[in-house]
Amino acid sequence: MSKYFIRRLLILIPVLAGISLVLFTILALAPGDPFEELATNPNVPPEVRANLRAQFGLDDPIAVRYVRWFTSMIRGDWGFSFVSRVNVVTLIMQRLPTTIAVIGSAQLLGLLIAIPIGVYSATRPYSLFDQIATTCAFLGFSLPTFFTGLLFILFFSIYLDWLPFIYRADITATGWRWWWEHIRQAIMPVAVLGLAQAASMTRFMRSAVLDVIQLDYVRTARAKGLAERITIVKHVVRNALIPVVTLISLQVPTIFAGALITEQIFRVPGIGSLLISSILANDTPVVMAITFVFSALVVLFSLIADLLYGWLDPRISYR
Amino acid sequence: MEERDLRQLIGQVKAGHLSRRSFVQMMVGLGLTAPMAGQLLASAGVAQAQTKTAPYKPTKRGGGGQLKTLWWQGATLLNPHFATGTKDQDGSRIFYEPLASWDPDGNLSPNLAAEIPTVQNGGVSKDGRSVTWKLKKGVVWHDGKPFTADDCVFTAEWVADPATASRNINTYKDLKVEKIDSHTIKVTFKKPTPFWADAFVGVGGMVLPKHAFEAYKGDKSREAPANLKPIGTGPYKYVDFKPGDMVRGELFSGYHMPNRPFFDTIEMKGGGDAVSAARAVIQTGEFDYAWNMQVEDEILKRLEQGGKGKADIVSGGNIEHIQINFTDPNKDVDGERSSLKAPHPFLTDPAVRQALNLLVDRASVQEQIYGRTGIATANFLNQPARYASKATKYEFNVEKASQILEAAGWKKGSDGIRAKDGKRLKMLYQTSINAPRQKTQAIVKQAAAKAGIEMELKSVTASVFFSSDVANPDTYAHFSTDIQMFTTTMTQPDPELFMLQFTSWEAASKDNKWQGRNITRWRSEEYDKLFRSAESELDPVKRAALFIKMNELVIQNVVVIPVVFRPRVAAVATTLRMEQSGWDSDFWALHNWYREA
Repeated sequence: MSKYFIRRLLILIPVLAGISLVLFTILALAPGDPFEELATNPNVPPEVRANLRAQFGLDDPIAVRYVRWFTSMIRGDWGFSFVSRVNVVTLIMQRLPTTIAVIGSAQLLGLLIAIPIGVYSATRPYSLFDQIATTCAFLGFSLPTFFTGLLFILFFSIYLDWLPFIYRADITATGWRWWWEHIRQAIMPVAVLGLAQAASMTRFMRSAVLDVIQLDYVRTARAKGLAERITIVKHVVRNALIPVVTLISLQVPTIFAGALITEQIFRVPGIGSLLISSILANDTPVVMAITFVFSALVVLFSLIADLLYGWLDPRISYR
Repeated sequence: MEERDLRQLIGQVKAGHLSRRSFVQMMVGLGLTAPMAGQLLASAGVAQAQTKTAPYKPTKRGGGGQLKTLWWQGATLLNPHFATGTKDQDGSRIFYEPLASWDPDGNLSPNLAAEIPTVQNGGVSKDGRSVTWKLKKGVVWHDGKPFTADDCVFTAEWVADPATASRNINTYKDLKVEKIDSHTIKVTFKKPTPFWADAFVGVGGMVLPKHAFEAYKGDKSREAPANLKPIGTGPYKYVDFKPGDMVRGELFSGYHMPNRPFFDTIEMKGGGDAVSAARAVIQTGEFDYAWNMQVEDEILKRLEQGGKGKADIVSGGNIEHIQINFTDPNKDVDGERSSLKAPHPFLTDPAVRQALNLLVDRASVQEQIYGRTGIATANFLNQPARYASKATKYEFNVEKASQILEAAGWKKGSDGIRAKDGKRLKMLYQTSINAPRQKTQAIVKQAAAKAGIEMELKSVTASVFFSSDVANPDTYAHFSTDIQMFTTTMTQPDPELFMLQFTSWEAASKDNKWQGRNITRWRSEEYDKLFRSAESELDPVKRAALFIKMNELVIQNVVVIPVVFRPRVAAVATTLRMEQSGWDSDFWALHNWYREA
């Protein structure tokens, strides 16, 4: 087991280096440069732009830039944003709390909806409840978040005028008022993301429970005279959760990456919107940092998921 | 319009026969900027009009609550001299102030200056070589240190240092700033400068505190903590800043103007898109002010019906125009397309250009696409041609265009496309991706087809089109098509830099890595001569007449085809009292903003 773990960790190093190389090359090949606005401004002499390019090392060949980026990254220096001239780490840390709060609660909301509905649907397959739940689930994942987001804004903000549609991370109020304002503005983005998440999770949960519920030991439990509630909670759900847990662990990295479109619509100052604006501004260091951390998390959590399999199901062993 | 006529007009204003405002409008119609027209009057001894802002009603400082503003591109840094766009300039303007700002009529309105220098009060020297600014006394920085002449001297030096790589270097590099006493500075120019109100004025003129930036000069300027935590003299002081998202400030109790500011806190939220920003101000009232409403007028009108806010429209220096390529984009000369060595096969024919000019249906473009946010114009520099001279009238006439082409020997072939000597009138028309631009392209294409010109449309992503990428042939500076369209911005009140873009020595080419500003590659000895003489002309009236002539030359030769003039549009809550200026930052008069119950 530990041998397997060490071997996997060692493989991670070339994998991550490869990922960073691919990311860097694609970004370097993409057209445009960070000083675009200076280029269209007649008042800025071209020398200023040339000077900035030289200062930021943009005129060096791609290979040189990559090696420079990689070596300083290993030393923990992620560089600074070309646009705001702030250290990349500071920029990310400013936005991480909002991202975790919004995306995290959306994931949680998704689970809270998906698990009970999925289980209940599976215990009564093709009942009226199951039919409605299935319809809603299909509706949920066929509607893109940018569309539901706009619908929510139209209905709750503009028609009913209940909720604000611009997310402000800095609310000056204190105490209860602070909480209230934060909850009020988070309702729509969290609901949009959470419902989309719940839709697919419900389907997944339902099929996992359906698989388990037909197994012999469930019949045994029922024959033994156990109450239905206990059979379901203790014997069915617990075993059905194994694949769901791995699915969730693979989704953890997305909490970091944020939700690109939803963040843009509600102006949530999360990592997703930072990524979008950095891509539009050709702010390579920021884009590199976010995409690289994201891919590192994906790789890491897939390793964790693999290890979790072995722990949850002793029949799987690693050598 | 000749110099003589200009002098007559100025005389009329002096005698009170012509209002100041209509004079300025007339000049703007002729292609001058409002600030420059104001300077003309000032130089002739017409008293500077008092800035006519609506009276400021609050009788005490503070108590106004929160001011919430929305910029759909968030400010990314708060140093005005590093700003990469108006968003950064506006964010900085909350905290910093220049010596004077431009009001909507093109008058200077003092901020940190005790008075506006004029020839009469001895501030502006007669030979045009120096200006003396008297600074306001008793002004303090947000950290309590006094504001003095040293700060101005330092700012000029700091920006002029090439190692700082400031965007405003052009403004400061050719002048010398001396301290006369603690509250007087003298700005000396290398050569006689008729338009002196550039350094220390407007968005490029914000003064930095010496004590905060002294240790961060040249290469180290990037590391100054005050780039992100500004210490200024403005009405609001720094609270918090998240790049790309939020700028927050609170009332500065030591502000140098009485009873100001009105609001206790200010926030400038960034991100999202223009349409939802308009909604948040005009329809739901969540925010008080939103910047740069690039929204179709139809939508704005619909939102305005709710009565919570309105669109505020003010003229500025943006012009959507079509450029004509005078070189052949399809011929490769030494690895360079659109090379100066290969003249364009048919666009060099004045008849074709004149026909094109007649085929742009500006009225329809305004009516169907831009509405209040784009006004049809024939003039390259500014505003509707209400007062423009005869030379700059616009017309849409397919018939006349066909006649001109016919007369010049361009005959229709069997496919309906005109040709002459084996050259067919087929052109590629490019612009950036942007819904109104694609609609405009379609309108032009349709009319051109009627006159026997075939147009192929091309649209390029804005980030590529406007980039300075040397290797990419699709940038607007490479100009690898026959005609192209975009909005050009006149950021400076003085037209000299702006008009530089038609001089022959600025032609964009491989040699200057396509950084030359003359993108059409039009070359005219006459224009060059006019420009040279304007550069050294000291008499403001003569100089203005020269610029008007240059403008006429460009229009008569159809080097560019102006389409619509685009005023500045902001969304403002009905209760908010403020005034926009097309010549300065949105926050140029932030200290006067207040809310009426």
